[in-house]
Amino acid sequence: MNRRQLIKHGAWFGAAVALAVAGGEVVSRVVDADAPDPFPKDATLRFVQVSDSHIGFTGPANTDVAGSFHRAVKQVNALKHRPDFVLHSGDLTHLATPAQFDHVKQMTSELKAGRVVFVPGEHDSIDDAGQKYRAAFGKGTVGDGWYSFDLQGVHFIGLVNTLNLKKLGHLGEDQIAWVQRDIAGLHSDTPIVVFSHIPLFALYPAWGWGTDDAARVLQMLARFSSVTCLNGHIHQLFTKTEGNVTFHSATTTAYPLPKPGQGPAPAPVTLPAGKLQDALGIREVGYVRGRAGLAVRDQKLA
Amino acid sequence: MDAASGARAAGLAAGGALILFAAVACGGGGGKAAPAASPMGGMKMPSSSAAQAPPAAGPNEVSIGGFAFGPAKLTVKRGTTVTWTNRDEDPHTVTASATGGPRSPALVAGASFRFTFTKPGTFTYICTIHPFMHGTVVVTP
Repeated sequence: MNRRQLIKHGAWFGAAVALAVAGGEVVSRVVDADAPDPFPKDATLRFVQVSDSHIGFTGPANTDVAGSFHRAVKQVNALKHRPDFVLHSGDLTHLATPAQFDHVKQMTSELKAGRVVFVPGEHDSIDDAGQKYRAAFGKGTVGDGWYSFDLQGVHFIGLVNTLNLKKLGHLGEDQIAWVQRDIAGLHSDTPIVVFSHIPLFALYPAWGWGTDDAARVLQMLARFSSVTCLNGHIHQLFTKTEGNVTFHSATTTAYPLPKPGQGPAPAPVTLPAGKLQDALGIREVGYVRGRAGLAVRDQKLA
Repeated sequence: MDAASGARAAGLAAGGALILFAAVACGGGGGKAAPAASPMGGMKMPSSSAAQAPPAAGPNEVSIGGFAFGPAKLTVKRGTTVTWTNRDEDPHTVTASATGGPRSPALVAGASFRFTFTKPGTFTYICTIHPFMHGTVVVTP
């Protein structure tokens, strides 16, 4: 990146930025607006991640979270390629009420995709250990709502790390044992994609942004050549590579949270007028057979 | 009945795309944290709903503020009813890890929850939404 590009990058609102992750380093550069769309056109599989819709939230940080999520749904439906599925990575609702779950169900039913899969956030399992969540969205899951499926040679695992919390996210013995059984028969060349709401790495433990027993699952996944972990919870983009694993935190469709440790608590941030939309977004993920790793593209809310 | 729940609460613009290719083939990643250039990169934070935990209003009251229980440790006699009130904009819960302790629903801004401690012991609790928030009630005979 030369100096001019760096300056352009510094004022990147409205600019296109490409990030390349290689060996744990993230390199960003400004993309020529006339350049062809670099998202892999030859993808064998495409899906979309949306996260943290917080339906039911009322506050100055976003006075219309339902409207924002509806725009995200329309944005997904307007993609050039119909996604094989859409993942909602948790905090569907703000207070886990039946009416809020119904609202989410109704809105996600409008998504034009092969299917819609979910993992719960702590806001979806506030006072009933996730019972209402599983009643609404847990069909086909086992245990406390975890599941796996295969698509185009990729193995997807949906984890629940918002129950029995002590400080951080938590998976628990039953779920860890289930993962061990689930992956036992897989060839090490199988690309693995793991969904969870709370990050599986220690992003900022003081605010609970980590999972206390995730290392045991990551250890089991060490033999696989490509592991991608997708999470929500922190309402901002963040990426990190550790060995064979790349973690991608998604942004939200509702409201931003502070950067780790900025401010006294992870409380909703009210942005200046007109800036909220830039902090919200959706994510496309593509897999090209034979290529290590997945292509990830984050878009601001249209 | 141990609990007296008094909760009042009962188009793809190319110009806006962020593109990221994850190439994880190089095995020795090194584990370096690398924050992505995010839309929040230039974000200012003019306001936040977090506040300092205000002092509790009465002897058997716990104020929830600034994502903390205040006081974090409360000692009461058996039979005492404790009231928690949420002063934050964010919802919180009062959820004991052990059975027989308080388990509130989500307390929205301004909502209160009451619980009567009928057995002596030490009850630790968290907010299930923000489990880094910890509190303790010690109940003496």
